[in-house]
Amino acid sequence: MPWFVRRVLGIVPTLFLTWTIVFGVLQLIPGDPVMLALGGTPASDEVLDNERRRLGLDQPVYIQYLTFLKKMAIGDLGNGYSSKQPVSEMIAARVRPSLELALGGLLVGILLGVALGIAAGLRPHGWIDTMTMSTALVGVSLPSFWIGMLLIYVFGLQLEWVPILGDGIDALILPSITIGLFLAGGLARLIRSALIETMTQDYIRTAHSKGLSAVRVVAKHAMRNAIIPPITLLGLQFAVLIGGAVVTERVFARAGLGSMLIDAVLTKDIPLVQGLVVYTTTAYIVINLLLELLYGIVDPRIRSRRA
Amino acid sequence: MSEAPLLAVENLSVAMGATPVLEDVSFQIAPGETLGLVGESGCGKSVTALSVMRLLPNPPGKFLGGRILFDGTDMLSLDIAALRAIRGDRIGMIFQEPMTSLNPVYTIGDQIGESLIVHRGMNGSAARTETAKLLDLVGIPAARNQLDRYPHELSGGQRQRVMIAIALACRPKLLIADEPTTALDVTVQAQILDLIGRLRVELGMAVLLITHDLGVVAEFCDRVAVMYAGRIVEEAPSAELFRNPRHRYTEALLHTMPAANPPGRKLPSISGTVPAPADRGAGCIFAARCRFAIPRCSTDLPPLTEPPHRLRCWNPA
Amino acid sequence: MTTTTPAVTTAILPPRRLIARTLGTPGAVAGSIILVLLVFGALFASLLSPFDPNATRVCPRLAAPSLTNFFGCDLFGRDIFSRILHGAQLSLAVGLLTVAISLIAGTIIGMVIAFLGGRVDRIGVRMLDVMLGFPAIVLAILIVAVLGVGAFNAALAVGISGIPRIARVIRSATLTLVGREYVDSARAVGASQTRILRRHLLPNLWPIVIVLGSLDLGTAILSTATLSFLGLGAQPPTAEWGAMLSAGREFMRYAPWTMIFPGLALFLAVMSVNLVGDRLSHVLDPRASGHV
Repeated sequence: MPWFVRRVLGIVPTLFLTWTIVFGVLQLIPGDPVMLALGGTPASDEVLDNERRRLGLDQPVYIQYLTFLKKMAIGDLGNGYSSKQPVSEMIAARVRPSLELALGGLLVGILLGVALGIAAGLRPHGWIDTMTMSTALVGVSLPSFWIGMLLIYVFGLQLEWVPILGDGIDALILPSITIGLFLAGGLARLIRSALIETMTQDYIRTAHSKGLSAVRVVAKHAMRNAIIPPITLLGLQFAVLIGGAVVTERVFARAGLGSMLIDAVLTKDIPLVQGLVVYTTTAYIVINLLLELLYGIVDPRIRSRRA
Repeated sequence: MSEAPLLAVENLSVAMGATPVLEDVSFQIAPGETLGLVGESGCGKSVTALSVMRLLPNPPGKFLGGRILFDGTDMLSLDIAALRAIRGDRIGMIFQEPMTSLNPVYTIGDQIGESLIVHRGMNGSAARTETAKLLDLVGIPAARNQLDRYPHELSGGQRQRVMIAIALACRPKLLIADEPTTALDVTVQAQILDLIGRLRVELGMAVLLITHDLGVVAEFCDRVAVMYAGRIVEEAPSAELFRNPRHRYTEALLHTMPAANPPGRKLPSISGTVPAPADRGAGCIFAARCRFAIPRCSTDLPPLTEPPHRLRCWNPA
Repeated sequence: MTTTTPAVTTAILPPRRLIARTLGTPGAVAGSIILVLLVFGALFASLLSPFDPNATRVCPRLAAPSLTNFFGCDLFGRDIFSRILHGAQLSLAVGLLTVAISLIAGTIIGMVIAFLGGRVDRIGVRMLDVMLGFPAIVLAILIVAVLGVGAFNAALAVGISGIPRIARVIRSATLTLVGREYVDSARAVGASQTRILRRHLLPNLWPIVIVLGSLDLGTAILSTATLSFLGLGAQPPTAEWGAMLSAGREFMRYAPWTMIFPGLALFLAVMSVNLVGDRLSHVLDPRASGHV
């Protein structure tokens, strides 16, 4: 079997287990789901029974579980308790703002992280390295919601350089920086260590012995070997972000998937919580898979490995 | 050695950090000539090879003095652009570890052709055609089909052949081979040496062969320089050196060769170890291990005598 | 998903030398000083606070920082400085609780599946890897959805969501120990399974557990504050940094101190814990100490 078919089939059990965990965890929510579905409005026993039947809650748990799996597999996430809309449509409507923010944050993170990581990695213990690494160490301790608010205060309210609300591209600047700063630190650290490791390899010496320019040695011979850990980090962060940057969306009052999840939890809208978590984790697993396929393209040794 | 040397290393001294690793090293290679540089591991022969190409990592490597004249130009005074024009074009180099010396993520065709594109300004398809010829030249059969293979798909011997193809892509005047067969199986070793020997004649290039294997030198080199603890202690034409070794270290080294000993007997070894740089006195560094040392050996450093049989010893054989 | 395993140190240094080595870098010294001040402030919050943290109208609404109200006042006229001191108490307590939950459960699970091996290990690792496939914040929010909001539940949620990672690391570390001679000889003399786990494996895992805990404490404080900021953790009027930041967001145009000081406190707390934890892990992990 070609390596990529093996990889693709490999995610089926993972998806199945993940969905099972989501189903199992949400079974633990205390209180009668029917009451939650009705939003706590008092209702007669007859109404409650009808509602219970309609939601399939009169069935034994294992039937509910099988129904759940079947529906997940065909992308039917049910209807939200509060809106009565199909959850899949509700999610689809919010994907765009979250995706925009994810891409914006990724862009800032990559620009900053790659530049600093390479500069630091090529001259370990030089001044750029020392500064970048100490900033990164301090940076991981910064609450991103606080950074977001400081950015709003300084650039939005005091200097009035950028709008802090709205759907335009300029309203995306500050939230993208908030996310980008967070990504850049980890990215720079990874690129630095991968590059330091790669630059001591024998094939780098070979490349120099061929009379290649320093830029070509780094950009062609070192980077392709050093790039897998940073790609992994970026891919996984992107996977988390397209599920909604929960905190940043809250700070900048953006209506994305992250703020939707918080609202769903606060209103105990179980199908919506379930749908969002299923969407997020599935996206995470699929992106993980895409990353593995990408490694195969970057590094030929992975393609031919028998595992 | 009447013609102008292709490579002349003059009084070269190199340190790694605070530790001196080469001291006052001088030798010459004429066009088309093969010089063997032998010695135990750590004696400075690889540092010498890397120094000629200025590939010694800096830091910790540091040039303390001397000159490296290639075709009359001092390599140590060149700027990086001029240096790059020589590396891979007029001097090719192959290394000890064929397993790790090739970049695992590029095809061998790409890695060989790269020199042609950079130095000869060839386009992709011209480089590919030339690369296929090079693979033929180094004895990788059905070369066209092999261009798109990756290093991990090849055996150690094949990889070293690829390394040779890379080094020879631009038909250099000098090939520096740093222990090219050490990491290979014995049968493969012979094949690779034969290949280098054949190509040397075909392409008319000079070779600087770094090895710890005297057998290889005897078979392969026109002249031999023996290094001990960062210094050249003896240098002579191969036949002369093997017939008439004069330095006590060379003598001891020859005694350790398997061919010099009856089969089945344990090989003799040189007792003692190379003293650490901090423990070295003013005299000959080998004195501490030398059975023939006289008092002067540990106080005065013997000078290197003049060619054809150069020697650095107070009490030679 | 890869989790690195810290190398196993065979012996823990005596406390005095450990402290001396930990204070080996300027960052660690700075971190320790801030951390000591913070712990001191948290322990004696009631004595040090000029005002009752929950008393309203002790000062004008949204008043600017002054000599009586060092960090200004919030919307209800509460003293922000007093609230931050009490917030330190809550943050540290919640952080420690969170880490304790992750470490205890994670260590037990990791040790047991590695020790039992075979199918238990295979299935266990598979489950842990699936759990690790949940983004940490999503897993924590999912657990809050079950438990309901509140400071304690948020700590529980963050603690539980940290278990898989700890368990994964401890499992790998245990595997390297299980093959060692003293475990084999303990088995040979017929020591019971629990005895081997408790007497022979656990002592050797301690350094790793400490390293993991010290590295996780900062994240734990940050994550629980994040949940409170999102409205899923500590609820108003509790004096909690994340919740204070959330409230301060509304008024930052007129009273930026309502969000600057709680954020600064959170940042300094997390940073000091990270600086000390980072250094501690270098001291305890011989492989990391020679860092490139």
